[in-house]
Amino acid sequence: MDQREIFLTILGMAAVTYLPRLLPAWLLSSRSLPWWLAAWLRNVPVAVLSAMLFPAIMAQGDQLRIGPRNLFLLAALPTLLVAWKTRSLFGSVITGLVVVALGRLVFHL
Amino acid sequence: MTAGQEGRHVSALSAGILKTLPLVFGYVPIGLTFGVLAQKAGLSAFNALMMSLLVYAGSSQLVAAGLFAAGAPAASIILTTFVVNLRHLLLSAAIAPFLESWRRRELAAFAYQLTDETFALHAARFQSGVPSKTEVFAINTTAQMSWLMGTGLGVVLGQIITDVEAFGLDYVLPALFIALIAVQIEETKQIGIALCTGALSLTLRMLGLGQWHVIIATVAGASLGVVTKLWTSEKSS
Repeated sequence: MDQREIFLTILGMAAVTYLPRLLPAWLLSSRSLPWWLAAWLRNVPVAVLSAMLFPAIMAQGDQLRIGPRNLFLLAALPTLLVAWKTRSLFGSVITGLVVVALGRLVFHL
Repeated sequence: MTAGQEGRHVSALSAGILKTLPLVFGYVPIGLTFGVLAQKAGLSAFNALMMSLLVYAGSSQLVAAGLFAAGAPAASIILTTFVVNLRHLLLSAAIAPFLESWRRRELAAFAYQLTDETFALHAARFQSGVPSKTEVFAINTTAQMSWLMGTGLGVVLGQIITDVEAFGLDYVLPALFIALIAVQIEETKQIGIALCTGALSLTLRMLGLGQWHVIIATVAGASLGVVTKLWTSEKSS
């Protein structure tokens, strides 16, 4: 793909990303939601983040990878601990990066 | 504008920027990762920055960089982006009731900068009252500026770095997900939702559902939370 085609693709990506962001804000703002829908929506952030996280650290493509040789899974523990204790996004991300970088450098995982 | 109004404006602006700082520390390195990967995928600096300006959705941009690198056709890149970003429907719907008094073009501007992370930041605070529009937009704009800055740095760095994995940069996204989940969790029930949704998503991924596993697992996991709530409140009443 040349840069012009890439740019046109990006415009398409922008359109399909913006509509789901915009439409509920426009259409739902003047109505109050039923309790079950509100409760459902409150669950969404934790659910969507977990749905993206688990395959990212426990799989490689379609292959399940759970075990002590999986560096991404090992690094999740200190990252979670730091996030839980400090509530700092930056601290947690750095912890994860350092553990992964060290794991590769020292243990060749 | 009187001096008092202007003072309030400035303090709302700085309050917004300050509240966004933790997020900035997440966005700059992740934006940087995207910049590096986009550069490696053959995107020009202009196109990498345009994607961060116009699409502005982290995980989908990282996924798209991978697809561009693999030489995927435009239609499949756009469709994948749509699926990965469809969850914004839910975020937008969740935030909408708090912004009833806003004008349509203000909502349009707000929606444009709505991400998982700014959503998490706003949702927690809107429960106890919506702050001034200046502060809300200061938060959103600071976040996107840091994303753009990270992208720009990444494009430059991409020309220098040869081994992305040596720095653990490929772990930025999982680490950010972990941190955001930990920050979101307020009651034990949510841990159950996180584990069930994650396990389901992983299973669906194994079954080869492409990008659909995220959407399906999210809908199922969030519904499970409502069903258990219904069940426990019926039992206790």
